[in-house]
Amino acid sequence: MFSRVLIANRGEIALRVIRACHELGIEAVAVYSEADRGAAYLDMADEAICIGPAVPSESYLNIPRIMSAAEVSNVDAIHPGYGFLAENENFAQICRECGIIFIGPPPEAMRLLGDKVEARKLAKKAGVDLVPGSDGVVADEAEGLKIAGKIGYPVMIKAVAGGGGRGMRVAHNDMSFRAGFASARAEAEAAFGEGAVYLEKLIVEPRHVEVQVVADGAGNVLHFYERDCSIQRRHQKMIEESPCPVLSEKTRQELCASAIRIIKHANYVNAATVEFLLDKDKHFYFIEVNTRIQVEHPVSEMVTGWDLIKMQLKVAAGDDLELTQKDIKCRGVAIECRINAEDPANNFSPCPGTITRYIPPGGPGVRVDTHVYQGWTVSPSYDSMLCKLIAYQPTRAEAIATMRRALSEFVIEPIKTTIPASLSILSHNLFVKGKIDTEFVERNF
Amino acid sequence: MAQWDEQFSKLKQIIEIMKDHNLVEIQIKQGEEELCVKKAQPVQPQITGVPMFGAGMPGVLPGAAAPAAGQGQEAVPQEAKSAEIKSPLVGTFYAQPSPDSEPFVELGSRVEPETVVCIIEAMKVMNEIKAEMSGVIVDVVAANGSAVEYGQVLFKVRPD
Repeated sequence: MFSRVLIANRGEIALRVIRACHELGIEAVAVYSEADRGAAYLDMADEAICIGPAVPSESYLNIPRIMSAAEVSNVDAIHPGYGFLAENENFAQICRECGIIFIGPPPEAMRLLGDKVEARKLAKKAGVDLVPGSDGVVADEAEGLKIAGKIGYPVMIKAVAGGGGRGMRVAHNDMSFRAGFASARAEAEAAFGEGAVYLEKLIVEPRHVEVQVVADGAGNVLHFYERDCSIQRRHQKMIEESPCPVLSEKTRQELCASAIRIIKHANYVNAATVEFLLDKDKHFYFIEVNTRIQVEHPVSEMVTGWDLIKMQLKVAAGDDLELTQKDIKCRGVAIECRINAEDPANNFSPCPGTITRYIPPGGPGVRVDTHVYQGWTVSPSYDSMLCKLIAYQPTRAEAIATMRRALSEFVIEPIKTTIPASLSILSHNLFVKGKIDTEFVERNF
Repeated sequence: MAQWDEQFSKLKQIIEIMKDHNLVEIQIKQGEEELCVKKAQPVQPQITGVPMFGAGMPGVLPGAAAPAAGQGQEAVPQEAKSAEIKSPLVGTFYAQPSPDSEPFVELGSRVEPETVVCIIEAMKVMNEIKAEMSGVIVDVVAANGSAVEYGQVLFKVRPD
């Protein structure tokens, strides 16, 4: 097992990794930018090193500075968290070259699954259904129009190198296709430096269902069941739950088995999430793989009872997973609400500022994952997520009741947060019935 | 009684439909019979005002100036007479060019902007750090061979 691990991230995920390290007897080294100087979670690390000014390119995204910090603090491994450098194959490669273990997949597996076109090819080879689409990059508008005609409108034009909902356009006919094709390419070029796009049939009112997977170095691949992340606004997840309330046991088994096949085919190691769309007929289609631990991992931890971050550390240290799939059961229901420093009444605009009054909820079935406390100043330099609130109970109705109670107890003042928006969604009759899809929020709020 | 049960069941269905689709009022007319169901509306507070920010992705404010240093840090009272040379890198601080040479600067050394004051080794690369100010060294703060972080004070200088 490692003696020291550096966490190349900040905020709640950095704290999450510090906690997992300490439970395994590993020393945790945190890095921070000047905007995070004085943050209380840094005192929980065994060592904290300032690596640069607030702007991410000179701190949390700065590979030379992070590697220097790793060198002077003499760590065995680096945990990249999520976002920032977590899916940067260059970073994973540099860690390998410097003899520092990257807690995540090998660069080759990350590269293969990170390329959406390659990932689709691999999924197809693994016998998993894809959303009908172009079988690769669309060379030009003429080819695109032909393929769109074959798939049938509506279609989605997506950037190959894209993510976070950018470089995407919907086309309902040839005219909107021409406009969308050009602007998707331009946006992708500007945002990711790579303008190539591919096409996918747009599934109407789909559910976003993803499977949590962990693979060890000996080829064992296990799943930790699925999460339903359909509650999204502008492709940003707001609420996640496990299990998916509408899957039959048979479909669940097929879904999870498909995810495992894809991960095995890629010779992947460590944690990953395989994303699918579920249509109204409960047919699922592969979308993409996220080659990292995700924000919503606590939801799967609660229903299976396994600590995924500790598992990541163990796998990276060379331990084979001692579990079999039979040891992993899905019990009860977990729901997570992301709480962001945003004003729902004002188009969710970010609300940086200092939190002068902070009283988190508690009691049975409540888990709060956060780096935030009374006196914390929300910086405009980073994303606006303050906290993950998780409710866990034997049934979905009870989990919803606990979540409503916890959200109502939660005091975060004076900045505006998304707590009222979460409460509205949880009170909506259709959410309570589990009748949701990825367009639910935008349709109803 | 059977007729009442049937009506009541229909009414329940109608109410469920209203809840599912957030309807405020339904009117159903069938021949002579008319049914009207209205949902009581709480008074909605008017939300006026122009959004302060553009409607972009939640998260980073575009073009935000970096805030003053972090979390509840007290403003360090600046000594009127000394300026600080701070580390621009994370790495190991060396006061001299090689183990058996003289240090680059010492207490009382004069520095100009281009004067090399130390080396910070990062990833096996020896980075020469320049004073970037004119003055006299009044304090050598960093310890030779120690790890330094970004922004750490290396020297104090009495500026010209």
